[in-house]
Amino acid sequence: MNLLGKLSWSAIPFDQPIIMGASALMILGVGLVLSWVTLRGYWPYLWREWLTSVDHKRIGVMYCVLALLMLLRGFADAIMMRAQQAVAAGGAQGYLPPEHFDQIFSAHGTIMIFFMAMPFMIGLMNFAVPLQLGVRDVAFPTLNSVSLWLTASGILLTNISLVVGEFAKTGWVAYPPLSELQYSPGVGVDYYLWALQISGLGTLLTGINFVTTILKMRAPGMGYMRMPVFCWTALATNLLIVAAFPVLTATFAMLLLDRYLGFHFFTFEGQGNQMMYVNLFWVWGHPEVYILVLPAFGVFSEVISTFSGKPLFGYRSMVAATMAICVLSFLVWLHHFFTMGAGADVNGFFGVMTMIIAVPTGVKVFNWLFTMWGGRVRFTVPILWSLGFMVTFVIGGMTGVLLAVPPADFQLHNSLFLVAHFHNVIIGGTVFGAMAGYTYWFPKAFGFTLDERWGKASFWCWLTGFYLAFMPLYVLGLMGMTRRMQHYDDPSWRPWLILAALGALVIMVGIACQIVQLVVSIRTRNERRDATGDPWNGRTLEWATPSPPPAWNFPLLPHVSGMDAFWTWKESARAKQPVAKDARDYEAIEMPKNSATGFVTAFFAVVTGFALIWHIWWMAALGVFGAFVTFLVFAFREHDEVEIPARVIAQAAGAHQAEAVP
Amino acid sequence: MRYGVLALILVGAMAFGGCSQGVLDPRGPIASAERQILFNSLGIMLAIVIPTIVATLGVAYWFRSTNRRAIYLPDFEYSGRLELLVWSIPAMTVLLVGGVAWVGAHDLDPHKPISSAVKPLTVQVVSLDWKWLFIYPEQGIASVNHLTVPVGTPISFDLTSSGVMNSFFVPQLGSQIYTMAGMATHLQLQADHPGTYPGLSANFSGDGFADMRFTVDAVPADQFAQWVTAAHNSGPVLDAATYADLAKPSKAVAAFTYRSVARGLFNGILSSPSAANEASPLIRSTSQRADK
Repeated sequence: MNLLGKLSWSAIPFDQPIIMGASALMILGVGLVLSWVTLRGYWPYLWREWLTSVDHKRIGVMYCVLALLMLLRGFADAIMMRAQQAVAAGGAQGYLPPEHFDQIFSAHGTIMIFFMAMPFMIGLMNFAVPLQLGVRDVAFPTLNSVSLWLTASGILLTNISLVVGEFAKTGWVAYPPLSELQYSPGVGVDYYLWALQISGLGTLLTGINFVTTILKMRAPGMGYMRMPVFCWTALATNLLIVAAFPVLTATFAMLLLDRYLGFHFFTFEGQGNQMMYVNLFWVWGHPEVYILVLPAFGVFSEVISTFSGKPLFGYRSMVAATMAICVLSFLVWLHHFFTMGAGADVNGFFGVMTMIIAVPTGVKVFNWLFTMWGGRVRFTVPILWSLGFMVTFVIGGMTGVLLAVPPADFQLHNSLFLVAHFHNVIIGGTVFGAMAGYTYWFPKAFGFTLDERWGKASFWCWLTGFYLAFMPLYVLGLMGMTRRMQHYDDPSWRPWLILAALGALVIMVGIACQIVQLVVSIRTRNERRDATGDPWNGRTLEWATPSPPPAWNFPLLPHVSGMDAFWTWKESARAKQPVAKDARDYEAIEMPKNSATGFVTAFFAVVTGFALIWHIWWMAALGVFGAFVTFLVFAFREHDEVEIPARVIAQAAGAHQAEAVP
Repeated sequence: MRYGVLALILVGAMAFGGCSQGVLDPRGPIASAERQILFNSLGIMLAIVIPTIVATLGVAYWFRSTNRRAIYLPDFEYSGRLELLVWSIPAMTVLLVGGVAWVGAHDLDPHKPISSAVKPLTVQVVSLDWKWLFIYPEQGIASVNHLTVPVGTPISFDLTSSGVMNSFFVPQLGSQIYTMAGMATHLQLQADHPGTYPGLSANFSGDGFADMRFTVDAVPADQFAQWVTAAHNSGPVLDAATYADLAKPSKAVAAFTYRSVARGLFNGILSSPSAANEASPLIRSTSQRADK
């Protein structure tokens, strides 16, 4: 019996110089950071203030950091694919053999969707939603930390697959029978499945946490129709998570049973049905795209309204549109496989439903337009991202509706036209939204603004790079080029692919500008301090707190008497009307205690996942046992709150008011 | 300016797509109809998308904070009329495109026979790792990675897979459709002009996927008859044993033909896709005989 299951030295691809080089770079990078932290003696600080923190703001920041790191990893994959397709024309095979190229596009999709876009959006929601609602934390703070660290576990497992073993070679959707044991006997699909099962659990817990928070924990007076639109989109997103992620978990569980215990859910033997997987995957998958883009819509609503100096136009319409998208997103999944050969009525129904979902989306675009109408638009970095989004997303939406016409999809399905379309909406929507939100809330999180010039440079590079990289893919799709080709014969495709590769390089410059922006901003932070807590002349409650906000967010829970609560207060202060909020005395606040539960659970999750991938059964049992003990320790804790004395709170509040009141 | 660039790219797309064997260069009735639907839908949507983009940039620029000539309406947040407009513009657009989609889905349903005076030719398609097998049951021949069809004749395809899912696609002839093990899909296509058209798999199927291409030769009816005769006279026989051989994974297989095909082979593959690994009862009985 082998104590290490399938694991042996041959799992490490020593003969693959590209993989070994990438692994060495990754290990070197991680090693450098870890030794730097050790040498400077930052471990106690990191452990106390971040790793065990249950503060929603810190958790939000850590989600965004993870997402930015994974953006770099996913982008490195993208550059490699673009380089491969730029050279592998005619008889040439390029520099990546199929078994490597296949892993790269699978990893790119998986990482960008699950470990970049989603953590970024969840990070922004974590940071901003409780502040906007005027409350002190989310409903279940420790659970929130567990969610974060389970996501990190999935990320870690995916990146371990680069060094030990392999990643899935099935595309990020992992359709059976290709992903079944018969056609994918390696550990790649297992890495994919376990990484996503573990991080998916974290995402589901986030969904439960935020739905509860938004429904049950709002500041006094904050009725549903007074919530900022970002909170509405967060509510819709988390409802989608709660409804959709169990489907993904169940689907993956069935595929795991097929692979591990010889079941026949999706095999073509034993009465299995592969198309059941495809249906279930997209029953989760289409809501997933709205999980990605709805929070971004929320960010744009906040940004456009703030920088136009106006309330959001058509708030009720926006709320209605958001909730309509939330419901409709479950009724369109079949458009991902019109080419399955379903009947005309089925295809027609799902085509029309898909278009109907474009109506509320269109409404949003027009409402943003009318929000700027009659405003005083300040062209800061967040609004540039928002305008870039509006233009880009409209084009992406149009090509999406085009693909929803079944006969058009028969021609364009799985082509580079499709690839261009979903990058057009995911980059144009989610990534631009993430960047807008990052720039918008950065001063709130860290107390200083980001450099505008580097921010603008980054925006223009991203925008130009995006159009350069993806417009050629529309052309190639119309020319009949399908996705995921390691090499191709038709030489007339090549110029367009070279153009696309150049576009990717321009995006790379954009990412470099963002890194420079961060470094420059940190070095000049003393000149760019945000003393008032309200650097953008904001409208919602997060701007009523100091930057960065204290752990308890609000010394006294705000009383909300209308929409755009903070703006209303500022208006009455300007009119020299007495502000009622200072009438009460400060009281001691109970805040949740830090907890290592999340971090420790995640450690055991990684152990379990790794053991299951490599069939090391004793270790898997150990991991599950460890996680269970962690749960017991948490369940039987004696103290889970600390009291912050009124004196400390009064002091902090006094300091903020001295700065904020003109 | 950005819109100008986009228009240029779209026009370029049409131009390049047109001269390069893509979906914009149709050679049959299905592909032509699909291109028309593509253009119609695009036209309807551009009519609303272009003004929206121009308006977005125009409004943002005019209401820039430094423009003192622009009115400032800090409380303008609701207008019933505008709301009505805001909901009705996308709704009307979707009504139009939705109509195109519904009608198109029915007119161009892959099952629907092409109305023609000519009797359709049946071709059975099997996707294998990583090549295409085309069986002509009426002619009793088969070919690999190469499909010859008579011009002006509706081709009725029955498709399945030996294992992994693929998608059968000839961009210039029209609709693609999945090939799935254990299931048969159906597709009707027709070539109106003689020529050679590239075909491919449009659904990723593993390591040899990039080479899973084939050519379609659309030839006049008499040439097709000649080709059938020629095929009858050369090449190996496709029976259970040679099929099992063919089904073994191989990449970039050069095109060739089989001079005869065992009866019921397609249905055998359909009922037991992984015949290559564990032969079906039907195929096993014949192949065991062959072994002996």
